[in-house]
Amino acid sequence: MPINYYIFLAVALFCIGVAGVLTRRNAIIIFMCIELMLNAVNLLLVAFSKMHYHALSATAPHAGIDGQLFVFFIMVVAAAEVSVGLAVIVMMYRNTHSIDVNFLNRLKH
Amino acid sequence: MPFSPRGAGEKQAEAQAINMSIQSIWLVPALPLIGFLINGLFRNSLSKSLTGIIGSGTILLSFVVSLLIFGQVRQPGFHGEVVTLFDFISVGKLSIPFAFQVDQLSTLFLLIITGVGFLIHLYSTSYMHEEEAPHFARYFAYLNLFVFSMLLLVLGANFIILFIGWEGVGLCSYLLIGYWFKNLEYGNAAKKAFIMNRIGDLGFLIAIFLMIKQFGSVDFGEVFEHASSAKVGMLTAITMLLFVGATGKSAQIPLYTWLPDAMAGPTPVSALIHAATMVTAGIYMIARSHVLFDLTPVTQGVVAVIGLLTALLAATIALKQNDIKKVLAYSTVSQLGYMFLGLGVGAYTGAVFHVMTHAFFKALLFLGAGSVIHAMGGEQDMRRMGGLRKWMPVTNATFLIGCVAIAGIPPFSGFFSKDEILAAAYAKNPIYYGVGLFTALLTAFYMFRLYATTFSGGFRGTHEHHLHESPSAITIPLIVLAALATVAGFLGIPEALAPDAHVLGKYLAPVVGGEVKSEVSHGTELGLMALAAVLAAATSLFAWSRFKSKPDLAEPTGFGKVLANKWYVDELYNAIIVKPLDLLAQLLVFIEKNIIDGIVNGVGRLVQYGSRQLRLLQSGQVGGYVLLMVVGILVLFLVELFVKK
Repeated sequence: MPINYYIFLAVALFCIGVAGVLTRRNAIIIFMCIELMLNAVNLLLVAFSKMHYHALSATAPHAGIDGQLFVFFIMVVAAAEVSVGLAVIVMMYRNTHSIDVNFLNRLKH
Repeated sequence: MPFSPRGAGEKQAEAQAINMSIQSIWLVPALPLIGFLINGLFRNSLSKSLTGIIGSGTILLSFVVSLLIFGQVRQPGFHGEVVTLFDFISVGKLSIPFAFQVDQLSTLFLLIITGVGFLIHLYSTSYMHEEEAPHFARYFAYLNLFVFSMLLLVLGANFIILFIGWEGVGLCSYLLIGYWFKNLEYGNAAKKAFIMNRIGDLGFLIAIFLMIKQFGSVDFGEVFEHASSAKVGMLTAITMLLFVGATGKSAQIPLYTWLPDAMAGPTPVSALIHAATMVTAGIYMIARSHVLFDLTPVTQGVVAVIGLLTALLAATIALKQNDIKKVLAYSTVSQLGYMFLGLGVGAYTGAVFHVMTHAFFKALLFLGAGSVIHAMGGEQDMRRMGGLRKWMPVTNATFLIGCVAIAGIPPFSGFFSKDEILAAAYAKNPIYYGVGLFTALLTAFYMFRLYATTFSGGFRGTHEHHLHESPSAITIPLIVLAALATVAGFLGIPEALAPDAHVLGKYLAPVVGGEVKSEVSHGTELGLMALAAVLAAATSLFAWSRFKSKPDLAEPTGFGKVLANKWYVDELYNAIIVKPLDLLAQLLVFIEKNIIDGIVNGVGRLVQYGSRQLRLLQSGQVGGYVLLMVVGILVLFLVELFVKK
């Protein structure tokens, strides 16, 4: 399968994520969109890594491992982010009884 | 040369004795300085009587030390000595020691300053008694500081020390004119005096710089020694600038207008600073540097003409003044003009002689006026006085002596000193003599107008029961000064009357050079003298008889009005100097406020405006931030893709 398909899919997922973050006001949906973007990147990383590995497997047996390893780091970071982010959202809800991000405006006052 | 060893030993011992007392010269200015420090620092805790004792006592001690030194200096053959205390400024080749010049001229001034100064301090203890204790002490502290500065001025052995004293007396003059600082007008008078003095001081300072450039030294001895080798142009510049300094301090045209305003200060201050001592600093300075002036006939001519014009102008103004102190102030300006005439025609002894006699009779007149003002409860307008003779016999008698002395009626002191200047003026140029004599007659006229209006006739004021003779602390100085004003003239009996009787001339000869030269024949001089004496006496009698019964109360009209308004000189200065300067200042204020401040504030405002606009970006809308982030990412992509490396 050519790399183009992976790239188009990843770009499409990423754009959906960006659009979601830009347009939605619900914090949880924004969060999910962020996850979507992260995973688009993950997908791309894995795809590039795999294709690259195939091309170079004769000369450099471990050439593609780095990219796939990196994906795990991103997942860990994403998990940590989710835990912090959800905690923030919970606190936000407790204070404002809403998870509309525009309410966070109040923080500047 | 044969000499016996014993004689030499005696001489040595004698020289040592001289040295001993000369070396203690530093005590003379140090004592008033101590008085200043004590009175100034402890003014809140000292009682009035203690303040008075410290203030006057230090001056008295100073006077005693001066007398001891005078005893040494007056020995024949004494040729001046320089006592170096310490190295004051030492830069490159230029070295200025803190040194005192002890010679006949400075010692004479020492005696005048400390002697008259002591009397005026004594007088002040009573005159200023109504002041509160801290202010009373402040007054004495200033007065002591003044005496210290004045002593420094006359004792300095170089122009820098002289200049320090010169500035010091200017400062004290300012402080004392503005002594009653709550009165805005007095404060303005003080500022006026200070600023006008500053104009002259600038000239003096430049003269000192020129001297350093020309001679590489400011030492009297060195400058005068090398004076003849300098170019006449340079010397003229130096002497003219020195004279500019003198016009400021000694109230000559064009810088004289501060002196009449200086009468805002307490009357003893007017007597000490603005009549007897400080204003004669210019005369002292020129007499001291007469070597330079002798070499520059142009400057001498200017000095004489300015002196003469000042004498005449001030005398005419004095004719129509009604404030008792203002009359005396203008008379001081006029007499100072006389002294400058004397300096200008080379009669240095005459000028110094007039300084001395003037110090006595003008201090006497001012203190007398103070006594009158004291009795009148602060009233200074002569039109509300009159007939005070009845209530104040001592003041009346001493004041009359002062008037006679200043009018130039023999045998009182003013006659001799004025005559000496006039004789020298006649020898130089008969026109000088004519104008000088006319001025002398004006002097006699306004002084007797003053006397008659104040002491004769009937009382025109309102508080008749209040009138009283002043206490003895006031009358004793008056009596002493009156005695001095009477007899001081005999120190300088002219050659024409009695040969070899000019004691002062012989005394001063080592400093101001030569004897009193009389280029006019004795016959002519006697004639001139008789003429001056008779005319002065006649004018005095005329003025007295005219004003004793019907004083000059009406508002002046015509020419009299011009005189009463002081020839409108203040207004003229206002129009040609103060107003344009004011306009310039306003222009500069405009530039400063609008352009310079505009630039500075503009920069600040620009930053503030910019940041206010930038702040809008930080709206707190998370969506906004994300949008910006995305836009940023896109821009980076575009840059990466389309901008060629």
